[in-house]
Amino acid sequence: MTAPTIHIQNASLAYGKTQVFANINLVLPAGKWVSLLGPSGIGKSSLLRMICGLIDPRESVRGTITAGNHLPVSQQIAYMAQTDLLLPWLTVLENATLGLKLRGIPSGQYNSLSDKARDLLDKAGLHQATHLYPRQLSGGMRQRVALVRTLMEDKPIVLMDEPFSALDAITRYKLQHLAAELLRNKTVFFITHDPTEALRLSDDIYIMQGFPATLKPIASLVSAAPRELTNREVIDLQALLFQELSQAAGEAA
Amino acid sequence: MNPVFRSMIVCLILIALWQAIVSIWNLPGYLLPAPVQVLTALYNQHQIITLEAIPTMIETLLGFLLGIFFGCLTGLMVTFFRPLKFWLLPLLIISQAIPTFAIAPLLVIWLGYGIASKIATTILMIFFPVASAFHDGLRCTEAGWLNLAKTMNAREWRVFYYIRLPAALPSLASGIRIAAVAAPIGAIVGEWVGSSQGLGYLMLNANARMQIDVMFAALIVIIVFALVLYFSVDKVLRSLVSWNS
Repeated sequence: MTAPTIHIQNASLAYGKTQVFANINLVLPAGKWVSLLGPSGIGKSSLLRMICGLIDPRESVRGTITAGNHLPVSQQIAYMAQTDLLLPWLTVLENATLGLKLRGIPSGQYNSLSDKARDLLDKAGLHQATHLYPRQLSGGMRQRVALVRTLMEDKPIVLMDEPFSALDAITRYKLQHLAAELLRNKTVFFITHDPTEALRLSDDIYIMQGFPATLKPIASLVSAAPRELTNREVIDLQALLFQELSQAAGEAA
Repeated sequence: MNPVFRSMIVCLILIALWQAIVSIWNLPGYLLPAPVQVLTALYNQHQIITLEAIPTMIETLLGFLLGIFFGCLTGLMVTFFRPLKFWLLPLLIISQAIPTFAIAPLLVIWLGYGIASKIATTILMIFFPVASAFHDGLRCTEAGWLNLAKTMNAREWRVFYYIRLPAALPSLASGIRIAAVAAPIGAIVGEWVGSSQGLGYLMLNANARMQIDVMFAALIVIIVFALVLYFSVDKVLRSLVSWNS
């Protein structure tokens, strides 16, 4: 399945009387990586959850989210959260194939799909951990399992909410490489607090700011991701992104 | 240190204290028999004690298993049928507000002198903690897991089987541990208010004949049985939710 473009039109959300964001328009281009930065509590996660269809319908939520291929968006997404959300009673392999269990895949297909999971776990450097339990893994390994679980969903759109924020710098750097490689050609929407991470991975970068929050396009990058820290675009845009972010944080404070 | 070993040490210290109290104040056997007297009674009367222990154990175990069954059933029902929770919960709380001792004679009248009334008392005592713990566990599944399942287009009963049920097991396990401690009490209470067999019956008779040493001997058997029940249940539960420790 080729990755579709996602159109978000006039998205508004209020929790009670608090308007989180209003009339947000955003295009996630097909096969591109869009990153969203901004102050904590501004509504980034809420926007991502809205695209996932995870906002309680009792909240006042408006706007349309459509895919370029006219298929329902909720059938085409895979979601990865800040915490790994691994189930402690399942092994690494079982966690990676959780989606298959939850949808009820016919047993005939299960073997080939679990081979695929082993393959992906291999690529993520987890080939010796397939039968371990989450409590036996380090934070970086756990998040790699979560990444494999996300990929096993085999969906053209991947939505990620600060997936690497809890990791140390080196582990994060490695996981960014892995993610960029494995998520190539998917439509990715990525929330992060780390400007460098956004610059290494994204095609488009937005900042969310203000009350109610709006989106501000910051930059579009053209060189191939994942970019090294010495990449021209990364260096050139770093100062600008920092400046924009501190300005947005200043408004929020 | 092994918990069984720890309990034994505590028991030994208490027994030594007990022996010391009896020796120092030279207490007569009909007030407080010495541990040695109790052990002698236990040995001399072991045939009758064994005979009476069997029905008590059967009542306890059956009451324990049925109580867990009804507790789990109630926990499931109040979790998944909201109207049922609305109407059933007050009834459940009333059923717990009635003292077991007060309702046990009624159960004997309704269900007879046999083991049925004792099993019913035991069920009444333990099904609520089990139901409440299970309901709590099912209700408080981590929201992140449920969100993840939703984005995976999971089916409702599969979410229950693969996520909510295992996630509720640690909570259910604490309910079952409480049940394991309370189950022997339920059976004994049932025997005290009306029976023709069992350790409770034996104790009542011994009490009437001032055979305090036999009462203590029966009590020791009950305590040992309750401990064995608790620690075996605990071992099984630990292996079932090994990921939780």
